[in-house]
Amino acid sequence: MNRFLIPATVFLALAGILYVGVVHSPNKSTMQSALLGKQAPAFNLPILGDPARKLSSTELAGRPWVLNVWATWCVACREEHATLLEIARANQLPLVGLDWRDQDDEALRWLAELGNPYTVVAVDREGRTAINFGVYGAPETFFIDANGRVQYRHVGAMTQEVWQREFIGRLSHAGLP
Amino acid sequence: MNRMRIRAVLAAFTLAFALQAAAIDITVLPNEELQQRYEALTHEFRCMQCQNNSIADSPVSLASDLRRDVKEQLLAGKTDDEIRASMVSRYGNVILFRPPMSGGTLWIWIAPLLVLLGGVWVAVRIVRRRAALVAGDDSVLPPEDGAR
Repeated sequence: MNRFLIPATVFLALAGILYVGVVHSPNKSTMQSALLGKQAPAFNLPILGDPARKLSSTELAGRPWVLNVWATWCVACREEHATLLEIARANQLPLVGLDWRDQDDEALRWLAELGNPYTVVAVDREGRTAINFGVYGAPETFFIDANGRVQYRHVGAMTQEVWQREFIGRLSHAGLP
Repeated sequence: MNRMRIRAVLAAFTLAFALQAAAIDITVLPNEELQQRYEALTHEFRCMQCQNNSIADSPVSLASDLRRDVKEQLLAGKTDDEIRASMVSRYGNVILFRPPMSGGTLWIWIAPLLVLLGGVWVAVRIVRRRAALVAGDDSVLPPEDGAR
């Protein structure tokens, strides 16, 4: 009996550690953004549908806003699109789209077919701005406060529940809407 | 005829994979020193979409964007540490295959050492106990079966 006590304890301890490691492994949806609490990266990108004009991040400063990284090649983006439309209808925060590594004509067709939830869409064809936001897979949605700081990042399809809890819930202490 | 076609398809597949493996990264930098630093750095960063590949070994577009970023920073005269810091500031420590030895990551480095020490302790105990058994036993070994 005693012979097996120590090996069994060691085994159980190791198994426990590994179990915790597997369960809490950096799952894509729980990986925290490195930008939390930091200034959102600046950008100056052409506007979808009006490429002669540019959207600069400085124009968005002074009030909280939301950045949604999407693309027509992204399956989960189609999944969350209905939710984005609902969010846009409630009109509580400017919803800025970042069309990531995409084709303008396909993106325009997508918005014409499914509806356009965005206040404005910036085109990031080379993916430079996405890298600066630490994006590793679309869709990702960032909440940026009135001081230009990233307060939250959601990875994966947006849901009403996440929107209400993490975005609207932060609105009261994020400066004026 | 059919067999020929199957062979051709197989050959095409093999070739496609071989080409992909060889041509994930064909970036050439203007001098040997930059090239070496580029290759070393791109092997240090994790491809965030395919967590166990480095950005040097991954064919996904995000990895190629990150390689371009490394290249541009090298050409702009940034040091290796500055480039690492810029990656960590955007993606966090997860992007490094070798996390820094500080704060929360310290246990990653210490834990294997503790396990090793535990193993040594167990081994020493077993050896001591057996040595004590042999020392305390002065009986003569019974003759082996074959000798009878």
